[in-house]
Amino acid sequence: MLYTILCYHSEAIVGGWSKAQDDAVMEKLDVVHQKLAAQGRLGPVARLLPTSAATTLRKDSDPPLVLDGPFAETKEQLLGFYIVDCDDLDQALEVARELGQANPGGAYELRPIGVYHSSTLPIDANP
Amino acid sequence: MSDLAWLHGALAAARPQAMAALLRYFRDLNIAEEAFQEASLRALRNWPEKGPPRDPAAWLILVGRNAALDSVRRKAREAPLPQEVLISDLEDAEADLAERLDGADYRDDVLRLLFICCHPDLPATQQIALALRIVCGLSVGEIARAFLVGESAMEQRITRAKVRVARAGAPFETPGAAERAERLAAVMAMIYLLFNEGYSASGGEAPLRSALCDEAIRLGRLLLRLFPAEPEVMGLTALMLLQHARAQARFDAEGAIVLMEDQDRTRWNGPMIAEGLALIDKAVRHRQPGAHQIQAAIAALHARSPRAADTDWPQIAELYRALEHHMPSPVVTLNRAVAVSKTEGADAALALIEPLGERLSAYFHFHGVRGAMLLDLGRSAEAREAFDRAIALARTPAEAAHIRQHIDRIQAEAAQASTK
Repeated sequence: MLYTILCYHSEAIVGGWSKAQDDAVMEKLDVVHQKLAAQGRLGPVARLLPTSAATTLRKDSDPPLVLDGPFAETKEQLLGFYIVDCDDLDQALEVARELGQANPGGAYELRPIGVYHSSTLPIDANP
Repeated sequence: MSDLAWLHGALAAARPQAMAALLRYFRDLNIAEEAFQEASLRALRNWPEKGPPRDPAAWLILVGRNAALDSVRRKAREAPLPQEVLISDLEDAEADLAERLDGADYRDDVLRLLFICCHPDLPATQQIALALRIVCGLSVGEIARAFLVGESAMEQRITRAKVRVARAGAPFETPGAAERAERLAAVMAMIYLLFNEGYSASGGEAPLRSALCDEAIRLGRLLLRLFPAEPEVMGLTALMLLQHARAQARFDAEGAIVLMEDQDRTRWNGPMIAEGLALIDKAVRHRQPGAHQIQAAIAALHARSPRAADTDWPQIAELYRALEHHMPSPVVTLNRAVAVSKTEGADAALALIEPLGERLSAYFHFHGVRGAMLLDLGRSAEAREAFDRAIALARTPAEAAHIRQHIDRIQAEAAQASTK
């Protein structure tokens, strides 16, 4: 089963990290990434730009309304996501715990994936 | 990251909102600051043990407010000290307060906090120092180092600024739409001043002072969270991101200036550029161009060019023309002249530059650009004169060294010509 691990954290806190702090967290996370990749379980991973770069299209009106900012104003923001292949929820939680040890604070939301279209982007696509 | 680092991060992130609310309660900058500091101390004691609260800002506001009230009472010798346990047990009150903090109140609170730092009586450096101390929470020592002055001098400067602000009286009534727009404009100008304090640094100072750029960008993002649909706020933040993205490439190992056309573009910061470009895209949709957006659009054209030779100079010249309309200034015209020199040649550029001489006679870049144009046209003697004046006006050793290169070249060419 494919699981999405949605990464929530306070953007103000994460955005306040110095480059050295950020690099240190990424380095620790990378250890977990490498392990999952070696097992062939790591799908696409994305780190999102701040919510100030977000635009929301409200499609419940016609024509749809374009709004500046993220869909939901929350204390903690969606900052990125993983797609990981796991046998069951326990295994997904195990991955999330490991990621959480590398990067404490905030929360991970684990959501099983219903439909998955594999990427058609070139492997080295730039953001 | 260690718990302590996380804790300090959380405190720093909550600071603007907490300070802003405490200022609204107490209407006094010093009491608000003391209250926040006391709340931070209690957070350092409580959070590691009990875990961080769901809403750090709300916790700090409530604890800070109670602590400041206690302190006032204590000074009045009216009430005994409350037990810390009672203060820390805030679950219910916290939820209630958090709800009330979400609305427009919070936005006006933070804007007010930023705005009182921009009092027109305060010189620019004091505005910036005050904002760094009050809003960003930098220590006096950190601010002093960034401004390259002694700590006691900076302490004095900040104290003086606070006294002035207190005397002027902060505007506590809820602002109307026009007032809000005015405050926003003043705050944006202050943030860009702060950015330029860091950006104009060079050589050995650059690493110390580039922290000012980071703080300015942080304030820009904070403003964007408060005003997510203001295109000029998007423009300002994009402008700072796109300029700061070049920081690593702007100076060589010896601290000498590297012109944009000679910079190693692989050293530009990709994520910063991506964020800046995303903000420009969003801003353009509003079709309300402004000075910050236009400057950001110019920076975006540079950022989008993989090589200097790919730069879209006609478009940049056009944008400078638009900027002249929004923000008429001889410096903007000078910049347009540089773009024009790329599209129409040094002759056309010089024709734009010459009329600026009177107003820009004391401006380093005027003489530098003029000299470069003259040199391009083979008018070496006049170029030499212009470069000499530029050197006399250089503000940093790096600027002087850059002009010195031109002069050396003229001299070398003259020497070569005479030996032939």
